[in-house]
Amino acid sequence: MKHIITPTDLTLEELDELLSLSEDIFRDPKKYSDACYRKRLATLFYEPSTRTRLSFEAAMLNLGGSVIGFSSAESSSAAKGESIADTIRVVSSYADICAIRHPKEGAPLVASLHSSIPVINAGDGGHNHPTQTFTDLFTIKQLKGRFEGLTVGFCGDLKFGRTVHSLISALSRYSNIRFILISPDELKVPAYIKDEILDANNIPYEEVRSLEKAIPYLDILYMTRVQKERFFNEEDYIRLKDTYILDSNKMALAKEDMLVLHPLPRVNEISVEVDNDPRAVYFKQAQFGVYVRMALIMMLLRD
Amino acid sequence: MLNIDVIKRGIVIDHIKVGGAMKIYNYLNLEHLDCSVAIIKNARSNKMGRKDIIKIEGMLDEIDLDILGAIDPNITINIIENGEIIEKKNPRLPEYVENILKCKNPRCITSVEQGIPHSFKLTDKKKGIYRCIYCEQAFDGVPSMVSGTVNKL
Repeated sequence: MKHIITPTDLTLEELDELLSLSEDIFRDPKKYSDACYRKRLATLFYEPSTRTRLSFEAAMLNLGGSVIGFSSAESSSAAKGESIADTIRVVSSYADICAIRHPKEGAPLVASLHSSIPVINAGDGGHNHPTQTFTDLFTIKQLKGRFEGLTVGFCGDLKFGRTVHSLISALSRYSNIRFILISPDELKVPAYIKDEILDANNIPYEEVRSLEKAIPYLDILYMTRVQKERFFNEEDYIRLKDTYILDSNKMALAKEDMLVLHPLPRVNEISVEVDNDPRAVYFKQAQFGVYVRMALIMMLLRD
Repeated sequence: MLNIDVIKRGIVIDHIKVGGAMKIYNYLNLEHLDCSVAIIKNARSNKMGRKDIIKIEGMLDEIDLDILGAIDPNITINIIENGEIIEKKNPRLPEYVENILKCKNPRCITSVEQGIPHSFKLTDKKKGIYRCIYCEQAFDGVPSMVSGTVNKL
């Protein structure tokens, strides 16, 4: 039995398999409409989420399975003070697989240590969100056809953005990749990501403040939201939230085949005028997320 | 320098970072030992400027002294027999420690979930960096747990 707590819990071979299976599902979803017949997914969401929870639920329903769960801590026994360890022990007897989102970092790992069914981390605070990373990788693979040799720009909140850290870590396993890290000084990538991932793997990267200057060099631009809930202090949030906004003028400076990805939800960091640009693929990315989660659920239930 | 009687048989834990002796004293539960223990705080040191030292008369057979490496990687452990140092060792850094270090990240699950061990993994041997296995935050500070175990992953 395998759990998916971090993006690197899948080996490169397993990741290739996941991406191939996702592609096959994407091409012919009907072929998989009974793949998880009579199987049940539990979605344990201790904090609000729209996309991720619905994406997991849609994925399981598309596979012919069923879904149980809760969508906030208040509507679960956590409100009565039940531990994660106890909750997962009980849920293990109700479902075949579970996806857990929790505001505390490491909660899915705790769940996996006490679970008798596969646990998928659906986001733990500012820490990991592996199915988002797999979705990002699938989007790049589908639309670029490769990972090797790409220049990938990350823009916005690179300090607290868990999707950024996870994607940097996942892409660092491929050769000849280069990063441009675009952020204000206050929201730079943490030192340990640079020390233990980028420098440790000799991956070239630059840290810059200007999106305009960096954008012409990028094959992928990964935009992120400056998230209010990651700040301890509202003053810092208000000061920094509008720092980087992608609009048509900046898109005019980019390569014709550059892709704009965003984990969503978008607030105002990408102007709506960019939505109609064919290079803006963030809604397609959200759609791909369902196929990736379908593939992951199938692989975990098979093992 | 302050003189403490030479011990015939026992252990001298030397080169403890100033202020760290009581942590090690507590961790090793030395107050429960039926032997003489001397704690020398703020001793002069050519190597460190100032240091703490613990002298224990008698052997600690049950204790894995390597675990002290996670508490203070720079300490030296001298084993004394017949008043002579027969062995001098620097503790290796354990790969994994449980309930020795405490995660201080307020966003970590260990801050709310009861009954789970505070577990840390050695992620950078050169720099001696330990990371919480749950939130991956690096340990930064003085160990505050008083009992624990060491395991190899």
